[in-house]
Amino acid sequence: MAQFFNKSANNIARISMVAAVVLGGTAFFAYTQIARSSYLTGRYLEKQQPVQFSHKHHVGDDGIDCRYCHSTVETTASAGMPSTQTCMNCHSQIWADSPYLEPVRASFRENKPIEWERVHDLPEFAYFNHSIHIAKGVGCSTCHGQIDNMPAVFQENTLQMEWCLACHREPEKFIRPKSEIYNMQWQDGDLTTEERVDLKAKNKIRGKEMMTSCSTCHR
Amino acid sequence: MQEDKDLKEIQERIYPPMVEGDHSFGTVSDKIGDVTLKKRTPFFWFIGFGISFMVAQLLLFAVTTLLAKGIGIWGNNQPVGWAFDIINFVWWIGIGHAGTLISAILLLLNQKWRTSINRFAEAMTLFAVACAAMFPLLHTGRPWLAAYWLFPYPNTMGIWPQFRSPLIWDVFAVSTYASISLLFWYVGLIPDLATLRDRAKNKYFKLVYGLLSWGWRGSARHWHRYEIAYLLLAGISTPLVLSVHSIVSFDFSVSQVPGWHATIFPPYFVAGAIFAGFAMVLILCIPLRVWYNMKDFITDTHLIYMAKIMLATGMIVVYGYAMEAFFGWYSASQYEVFMVKNRIWEGPYWWSYWLLIICNGLSIQLLWFKRFRESPFWLFMISIVVSIGMWLERFVIIVTSLNRDFLPSSWAMYSPTIFDWSMFIGTIGFFFTLIFLFVRFLPVISIFEVRTLLPDASVHGVHHDFEESVLEIQNTEEAAEGLDEKPDRHRFE
Repeated sequence: MAQFFNKSANNIARISMVAAVVLGGTAFFAYTQIARSSYLTGRYLEKQQPVQFSHKHHVGDDGIDCRYCHSTVETTASAGMPSTQTCMNCHSQIWADSPYLEPVRASFRENKPIEWERVHDLPEFAYFNHSIHIAKGVGCSTCHGQIDNMPAVFQENTLQMEWCLACHREPEKFIRPKSEIYNMQWQDGDLTTEERVDLKAKNKIRGKEMMTSCSTCHR
Repeated sequence: MQEDKDLKEIQERIYPPMVEGDHSFGTVSDKIGDVTLKKRTPFFWFIGFGISFMVAQLLLFAVTTLLAKGIGIWGNNQPVGWAFDIINFVWWIGIGHAGTLISAILLLLNQKWRTSINRFAEAMTLFAVACAAMFPLLHTGRPWLAAYWLFPYPNTMGIWPQFRSPLIWDVFAVSTYASISLLFWYVGLIPDLATLRDRAKNKYFKLVYGLLSWGWRGSARHWHRYEIAYLLLAGISTPLVLSVHSIVSFDFSVSQVPGWHATIFPPYFVAGAIFAGFAMVLILCIPLRVWYNMKDFITDTHLIYMAKIMLATGMIVVYGYAMEAFFGWYSASQYEVFMVKNRIWEGPYWWSYWLLIICNGLSIQLLWFKRFRESPFWLFMISIVVSIGMWLERFVIIVTSLNRDFLPSSWAMYSPTIFDWSMFIGTIGFFFTLIFLFVRFLPVISIFEVRTLLPDASVHGVHHDFEESVLEIQNTEEAAEGLDEKPDRHRFE
């Protein structure tokens, strides 16, 4: 009986066995990377806003405190978005005729809020509260990055659960004194390890079991 | 001459022939191989496949609705939070166990009668596991996310599954079981696929069987490696026969629910699984041997052996029922005692318990009698009743334990919806669809292993051993009768 398969079939079979393992491994590795890519997380992607508002200018150049606009960050879950009136506090006087600010003036005239594009969008099943993070010593730049360097704000971190847990498991690596919360230049190395451990105790940050319990964030 | 006849009778009593009829190597290959290669597909195949495929459409309906609307379409709700999804899962997984027992344990124990039933019993295992796996996957409501909930891998949540939960043990038990069963089945198929490749006339059949047989040429080296691999796989699968259903039983027994929290569960579940599995093997092989005229290979002896295993495992299961009730009473816990009463006579589901006892406890008592053991019709009927009984067993364990829990205010009745039923019946259709496809396209009986049972395969050796054993029996019989006649070692030569 004639051979049905060519002799090369032997090599094809061997190569395909190796290839299956290599391709399978590569596909798995690719999956773990794509799942964390900015394509899926939106990290580092700037968003087009209705007004060309620059945090770099307002925070970095002018030195306006975060809380001037995000006024509820210390007391409520949401940091709060400023009303158009807050903008007009200054811009009724400064750059009052600038064409860039026309959307702001229009919003003020028509009493219609500006529709900002949300940059940091946590899923609804995650319960997040700004005030408790501020109270326990998590600075703005720890999560949001150096806002004073961002002309258009982008998401500095993945906002994935593994990123949240990295801090919830070891908060002492990330916290800072309350006086430095709004300091955009703060570096984690500004405190020694011992000082940060002491700070954790002083701020009464709870143990790992509580910090990483499901219902702490999913209620 | 009379002596020769007696001898033959004794021979058949000790070693019932596992292949009947006058077969040679060639006729075995013809008979089994022709089902896939030569014969026209018989009419009943189209009927059977058609019906199964139509019934499988219920699964399509149930799953589509489930994905569109969510698991709220099912009847389970507090306090019966688990119902058809796990009943059917456990039922299907249990059915698969006979295949593994036949292929692995009986191989290691050198039971020759496994040879002609192992192939389709293993196929049955695979298809049953496929049906079983659908339930835990679909009960998540979003099966495309189930992998990320169930399997440990470096996910973006930064957490692992709860390794202390029996549910994650289940994931490993069932996936190991599925992969080892597939491997075992496939490795066993390779020599037969090569036979089909060599006998196929059609170019496409040659190509497909050729690819699947991985260049098997039947050289001594191939056989040597094959034997090692097959034995190793048998060794790996042997503990699975016990471990998989033990772990499935942990889903219940590790919890605190009265009626579930019992130490008898693992062995009781394993026995039940083998019981249900042999019932399914009988349901499949009794029609198969008639329709395809395979009575030479699946002999009455095979059916009788399986009936005996069913009787033995069934009695273990009945012992389990007795112990469940005993544990309830012996615990002296009012909740356990209440559960037993609720399950057996006080509760609204008492009928399911008694149906279960009739199906699993009483029906198998018929198997004590030779008349029923030797009748394929009765075996088929009893097997169907046992399959229903094993389904009822899971229904009783799950629903009667949950419907009246610790708080009377939360008591509620459970009733399955049309979606529960259509998904369950749909998986039965799916299972038989796969079985029909298997019967059509792959050798249902292991060709090369059946050949080893033929007299041609043991021209030397066996005859000698056989004579020794006949002599031994005759010696003891004669000694018992007080005869002082010395056995003549030469008279058979």
